[in-house]
Amino acid sequence: MERKRTPLWQVHKQLGARLIDFGGWDMPVTYPAGTIKEHKAVRESVGLFDVSHMGEAVLRGPRVREAVDQLTSNAVAAAPSGKAVYTLLCMPSGGVVDDCIFYKRSDSEFFVIVNASNTAKDLDWLRSHTHSLCEIDDLSEETALIAVQGPKAVALVDGLAGGTLASLPSFAFADAEVAGVPCMAARTGYTGEDGFELACASRDAVRLWTALMENLPPGGLPIGLGARDTLRLESRLPLYGNDLDEDHTPLEAGLGWAVKLDRDFIGAAALRAQKERGLTRQLAGFTIADDARAIARHGYAIVDRALGTGEAAVIGTVTSGGPGICVGGAIGLAYVPSGSALPGTKLTIDCRGKDVPATVVSGKFYKRTKS
Amino acid sequence: MTSFPTDLRYTPDHEWLRATGSTWRVGITQFAVDQLGDITLVDLPKEGDLITKGQRFGTIESVKSVSDLYAPVSGKVAAVNASLKDSPEQVNTAPYGAGWMIEIEPTEDSELAELLTPEAYGQHVAAQ
Repeated sequence: MERKRTPLWQVHKQLGARLIDFGGWDMPVTYPAGTIKEHKAVRESVGLFDVSHMGEAVLRGPRVREAVDQLTSNAVAAAPSGKAVYTLLCMPSGGVVDDCIFYKRSDSEFFVIVNASNTAKDLDWLRSHTHSLCEIDDLSEETALIAVQGPKAVALVDGLAGGTLASLPSFAFADAEVAGVPCMAARTGYTGEDGFELACASRDAVRLWTALMENLPPGGLPIGLGARDTLRLESRLPLYGNDLDEDHTPLEAGLGWAVKLDRDFIGAAALRAQKERGLTRQLAGFTIADDARAIARHGYAIVDRALGTGEAAVIGTVTSGGPGICVGGAIGLAYVPSGSALPGTKLTIDCRGKDVPATVVSGKFYKRTKS
Repeated sequence: MTSFPTDLRYTPDHEWLRATGSTWRVGITQFAVDQLGDITLVDLPKEGDLITKGQRFGTIESVKSVSDLYAPVSGKVAAVNASLKDSPEQVNTAPYGAGWMIEIEPTEDSELAELLTPEAYGQHVAAQ
């Protein structure tokens, strides 16, 4: 099947990107600099990401707040206009349909950005659960999305927006012109760094990207999906399909902060009951020391050799893992029994037949120093 | 189209071999490096270990994936590039030079004759 292309596909080719199939999209996994240099560029300077494969939709109507309120785990409907809110869409079981960001434009209009691979599923889900409470327009085709992330990101975007965007608080958004291109500029991201995500019309994407590239400060780079993944993992941001899915709840995933159980929404009853019972398994962050010379990857088993006689008991599974590019060693996330999720707990991970010791840690693997 | 050094022999698993006196030096090709991306760990056998053609003799971890290294020929490991332990990125920057992995003292001469010529390897890559 022909892979889908973003409006910036030609630009990536010209930049010498290596393109791979990502959920049916032909996307840059790295540019010639390579994942490690790209990762560090975002931590030290600024990186540009084409994330136009993500899905966008607008929900509108006089009763849209009622519709949004029953779909979202977080307090999206009650947020003030101009606020971006991270939320889960849950199933009645509490399992996760997707994680996404809602942008409240007004009491009668919300914009939403969802994961690329879930766009069709999410749109179906939204449509079948909002009934006739609001109208939903899929804007994915005509919308491009460029993320600008890193310590120099705000100055870059603000400079191209006539100084109108630097004062925007975190998780706020505004309509603005960036390099003359009308954008919805949100102070959000998926790297753990400061920056913006700029949604614009697909036909304007090349113009916006080119202006950003031409004004890139020293050390700035275009960034592929490879570094996008290592950056989000270092900042402990979950990835749907790895760390989140329909079989795990947001409480198990450590996203309780985005679940407001004093309201009713799809999945709330199941999540309330789970909270009352207590969690039996949790998503834990782990580190592997540099001298262990191993990387635990998605799907590797967490084993307990002390439980049985001979045969090891599998007590959990790694959901994301990779090298800790700015923190050393290897890092990852795994679902483990709650008793093994406490910081300091020693885990054993079966890395292709080799027992590798890991240690549970709390919080982000990498914390940026606030400027 | 990538070109491949003509003084080397190759395997379908994208390894190269260079005759160095009585031993053969082994590394991975530029094609393999391009597929793997940034390499972060290389695990190699010890000097003196015996390896068998087609069996795993080491692993390469890149940022995104882990891959096995398969012995291109049977023999004794005569030398190991210890500098890859601290500087695995040499495989990215100089796959045919400083990024070499091991040297093998072959025990089965017939296996050497089965290695691919640069032309045959070029065709193999073009068909991928």
